[in-house]
Amino acid sequence: MSTAVTVIRPKRLFHLSDLKELWNYRELLYFFSWRDLKVRYKQTAIGVLWSILQPLVTMLVFSFFFGRLANIPSDGVPYPIFVYTGLLFWQFFSDALGETSNSLLANKSIITKIYFPRLILPISSVITKFVDFAISSLILVGLMIYYGYAPHLSGLLILPVLLALTFIAAIGLGLLLSAVNVKYRDVRYALPFFIQILLFVTPVIYPASIAGKYSKILALNPMMGVIQSARAALLGTTPINWMLILTSFIAGMVLLVIGLMYFKKTERYFADVI
Amino acid sequence: MEKPIIEVKNLGKKYDIAHMRGGYVALRDVLAGIARKPFAFLARRLRSAAGMEKKEAFWALKNVNFTVKRGEVIGVIGANGAGKSTLLKILSQITPPTEGEVILRGRVGSLLEVGTGFHPELSGRENIFLNGAILGMKRAEIARKFDEIVAFAGVEKFLDTPVKFYSSGMYVRLAFSVAAHMEPDILIIDEVLAVGDSEFQKKCLGKMDEITKNEGRTIFFVSHNMGAIQTLCQKCILLEHGTVAMIGETQEVINAYVRKAQSAAGFDISGRTDRRGDGSLRVSDIRILDEKGSEANSISAGKDFTIALRYELKDPKVSDITIALGIDNNLSNRIAFLSNSLVGKNISTGSESREVRFRIHDAPLNAGDYYVTVFIDEAGKVLDWVQKAATFSILPGHFYASGNMPQQGDMLLSYGVETK
Repeated sequence: MSTAVTVIRPKRLFHLSDLKELWNYRELLYFFSWRDLKVRYKQTAIGVLWSILQPLVTMLVFSFFFGRLANIPSDGVPYPIFVYTGLLFWQFFSDALGETSNSLLANKSIITKIYFPRLILPISSVITKFVDFAISSLILVGLMIYYGYAPHLSGLLILPVLLALTFIAAIGLGLLLSAVNVKYRDVRYALPFFIQILLFVTPVIYPASIAGKYSKILALNPMMGVIQSARAALLGTTPINWMLILTSFIAGMVLLVIGLMYFKKTERYFADVI
Repeated sequence: MEKPIIEVKNLGKKYDIAHMRGGYVALRDVLAGIARKPFAFLARRLRSAAGMEKKEAFWALKNVNFTVKRGEVIGVIGANGAGKSTLLKILSQITPPTEGEVILRGRVGSLLEVGTGFHPELSGRENIFLNGAILGMKRAEIARKFDEIVAFAGVEKFLDTPVKFYSSGMYVRLAFSVAAHMEPDILIIDEVLAVGDSEFQKKCLGKMDEITKNEGRTIFFVSHNMGAIQTLCQKCILLEHGTVAMIGETQEVINAYVRKAQSAAGFDISGRTDRRGDGSLRVSDIRILDEKGSEANSISAGKDFTIALRYELKDPKVSDITIALGIDNNLSNRIAFLSNSLVGKNISTGSESREVRFRIHDAPLNAGDYYVTVFIDEAGKVLDWVQKAATFSILPGHFYASGNMPQQGDMLLSYGVETK
């Protein structure tokens, strides 16, 4: 006989058992990510190619306008590879953010019909983006070969850390926005604009070095640390700045805690208001 | 003694009226509101933080208590808005209660809809896995039961076709089949059986019956379909305005519910299974209307009243029908027979659903209870026939000049008295 006992009470806040529950539902997490990937690659005629074309074209356009015409400095490395390294992480972040914030609304019909830890939806949206990241990083490999850059071993080892940081930042902000999105339906219209603004306060198309004395403030943006360090690790633009990574980590964790708290606080009303 | 598998204690769920009205708001409006009247906003926040502000609230459930023993199949019935779906949503953890608690001792599977999460672009095979996972099944478990699921649904040939190309029947069969193969200790089911053709419904009911009998599963079943409740459930809960009005043997509870529902003047008979006819047309509900056209359960003698029935056409080939109403007294003696053909009125079926009204002038009936039997045929072929589909009472009224009612007999004849 099964010993599983479920007690349903007026809602409690975040609890350690939530993590255990999340673990129990890991297969659903897998299935949601799998579904999103499958559907996207089935629906888009050019499928996987899209994950390559999008960053590639962006890189070409940026290289032409910002690199060649505007002559934006690039820390001494060719502009295309400089901007692409930034774009790779930026696109992971912004796509994940966009997808997570919409994840609850997009799965409205499931939320109102069945229980599962709601956290699974935003998390699976970010996971899906990992696959895009992997695909579009092939171009970076190509660029590195073309321009003759070989990453240091330490550089390769730090990549997972940077990915984890991006994940934390995207999921933290995404949780907050997804929950706000359920309650205030007009937020999603403002989101693309918000993400665009974020692009400009993140050193994607320009090096962080031009920010000068403002770079301390910019460092509060976790993506600054990620992109800066990715360039340092892969292209050797600067030595790896561990303080910057730590700052990013702390900023990311703050976002995650706020996002998680707000999400858990409003989670109980999702099915009622969605 | 073994602890009950489901324990519900003092359960209550409150909705703010604001939630009931569409729920979500525009952040734009909220911000604009704050900008326009910052102090009013602040004061409101303070009041609500201090618990002084009284929001308009609505208790969808209040003080609900019951227990369910292992292996029991319990049905929940009640009028619309009685709290059935709220109870279901709380038990399936979709929404939390406002007060009280529920203890579920065992693995819970809930089925508020068949095919939750089905994705039209994915193939049948893929959807089986996805839907199974959403229903809480493990991947290994789904893989193990895969063949069985496919066979039950009968979609072997279309496994790799996206479900958007499935007929609605196939879609529902596949969806139900996945759900039927869950193996929870407690199964919570909404009226999902209301979908699909009647043949498949029977198969589903059979499957559920088999599950409970063989495997001792506890089922919590909410439905409007009295027939299904009667077949499946031993015990029944009647909800009324968010509270438990009655718990007991299914038949007793249904009887009580039907009595109460009848006093509400509308008779939803779409769920009646004790009917005859080939089913190409079915009466879905009957209403008794007073002379002003509003629903009533009692009519004053001598006033006009209307028996309004609505039918649903299942087979478009049916065209010219005859609708007959039999009115019986409480001893089941037929005291009147009405039919459109008797009064020379043809009824062609027309659209899928239609209401037909019989207006009876000056209610020539003595005080008492009466039953309406409805019979519909097409050139002698019985389409639908429901005994005692509705009931109404006649109250003493001003039929005769004296204002008095006879002490015996059912009919009030209109007559004159002459002396010569």
